[in-house]
Amino acid sequence: MPDFTLWDILRNLALAARWTVALSLAAFLGSAVVGLGLLLVRLAGGPWLGRAVGAYVQLFQGTPLLMQLFLLYFGLAAVGFDTSAWLAACVALTLYASAYLTEIWRGCVAAIPRGQWEASASLALSFGQQFRHIILPQALRIAVAPTVGFLVQVVKGTALASVIGFVELTKAGGMIANVTYEPMLTYGCVALLYFVLCFPISLSARLLERKLAMRTPA
Amino acid sequence: MSAAPNATPAGAGQPHTQVGAPILRITALRKSYGTHEVLRGIDLDVARGEVVAIIGKSGSGKSTLLRCINGLEVFQHGSLIVDGRHLLHDNPKAMRELRQGVGMIFQNFNLFPHLSVGRNVMLAPHLVKRRPGPENAARARQLLARVGLAEKFDAMPDKLSGGQQQRVAIARALAMDPAILLCDEITSALDPELVGEVLRVVESLAEEGMTLLMVTHEMSFARKVADRVIFMHQGLVHEIGPPAEIFSAPRSPELRQFLSSLQD
Repeated sequence: MPDFTLWDILRNLALAARWTVALSLAAFLGSAVVGLGLLLVRLAGGPWLGRAVGAYVQLFQGTPLLMQLFLLYFGLAAVGFDTSAWLAACVALTLYASAYLTEIWRGCVAAIPRGQWEASASLALSFGQQFRHIILPQALRIAVAPTVGFLVQVVKGTALASVIGFVELTKAGGMIANVTYEPMLTYGCVALLYFVLCFPISLSARLLERKLAMRTPA
Repeated sequence: MSAAPNATPAGAGQPHTQVGAPILRITALRKSYGTHEVLRGIDLDVARGEVVAIIGKSGSGKSTLLRCINGLEVFQHGSLIVDGRHLLHDNPKAMRELRQGVGMIFQNFNLFPHLSVGRNVMLAPHLVKRRPGPENAARARQLLARVGLAEKFDAMPDKLSGGQQQRVAIARALAMDPAILLCDEITSALDPELVGEVLRVVESLAEEGMTLLMVTHEMSFARKVADRVIFMHQGLVHEIGPPAEIFSAPRSPELRQFLSSLQD
């Protein structure tokens, strides 16, 4: 039985944490793109498409992320798609996070007074121009805090990808705990690494918010 | 043809109709919210250069009528033609073309708070008319000077008083060279001492021949500036005529009652 030093544990966890970061980044980017698309559909797509987006949001907010992961991973395999744990985790997290982001952003857009839409429409701006030049810059400022707050949830949510065998921080922690018989130490390190990932995000949100607030008319 | 930088804002819109034809023609316009009919058949012609004041109780449909003219409200029946263009709700391109000829000033100014005063004025000409930068800036400065705010070009809207904000809103609307300007209770949100500065700008526009449609509670202003006054009552044009007639010799009991209610 080889001896594991604290350094060995931390080093191996840090290596696995790269996959947590990669999965988080993929989910951020994927869900931002999908979430923005869904937001635009909801704003400009008419009542039926709007309702479809509403149903999408309800579906992914109303079921556990764990079930979404299982269903995607095993479900896609059952219908003949050869999915890797990485791909299934990316897709599941993207779908899940986009449902939340589009809803968060819809609230931010709704917070912009109707007069801003009306004034820009009266000046003959197209929907795209209204959104890009009038609504987005104002909505962005109020969206920063809730968006980044939710992204911290996504980072922690990647831990669930361990259940479909994806070796990220949590999965690696479990494996190391099994061979070292040091669960307290190992999971303590795992928690610490999650904190190291998430704290800067929260911090940057606060800084960004303050920076935007300075440019915002008081 | 693009407008020269020194063109006067009034009448700068390109005429699409023959001389003498009404610039605005509203025919049998009906609008309802659910089962409640707020406009019950409006017929109205407005000639180029005419100043029309719309008065009436709140709920009489006067603001709704104004908002129908640039498509902010959708109406169910009737037709509306501005400067030779039919208002077509379902056609975004046609709506944008119509709106280029119809400026609107709102009760709550609705300046874009994230843009400086100058950029508020320049945004739409830049995006919609593709007016080149230097010409656009020169035109914006000229219009701001015209409303007495030349030195506020770089100020943010929230640093201005209500009266100043409303004057910026007027300059912003004029920058699109509208053929007709809609004013929706534009002094109602202002402190009394700021009303005058806004009305003076509107009056000068009227003198220069701008076609104006204004919903207003400023009866003395309507009397002084308007060519015609429309009294709306329960979703209909109840009485229409020159201000002297409307204010001094009202025919219907509803108008008499409305005018006397203002005396209190």
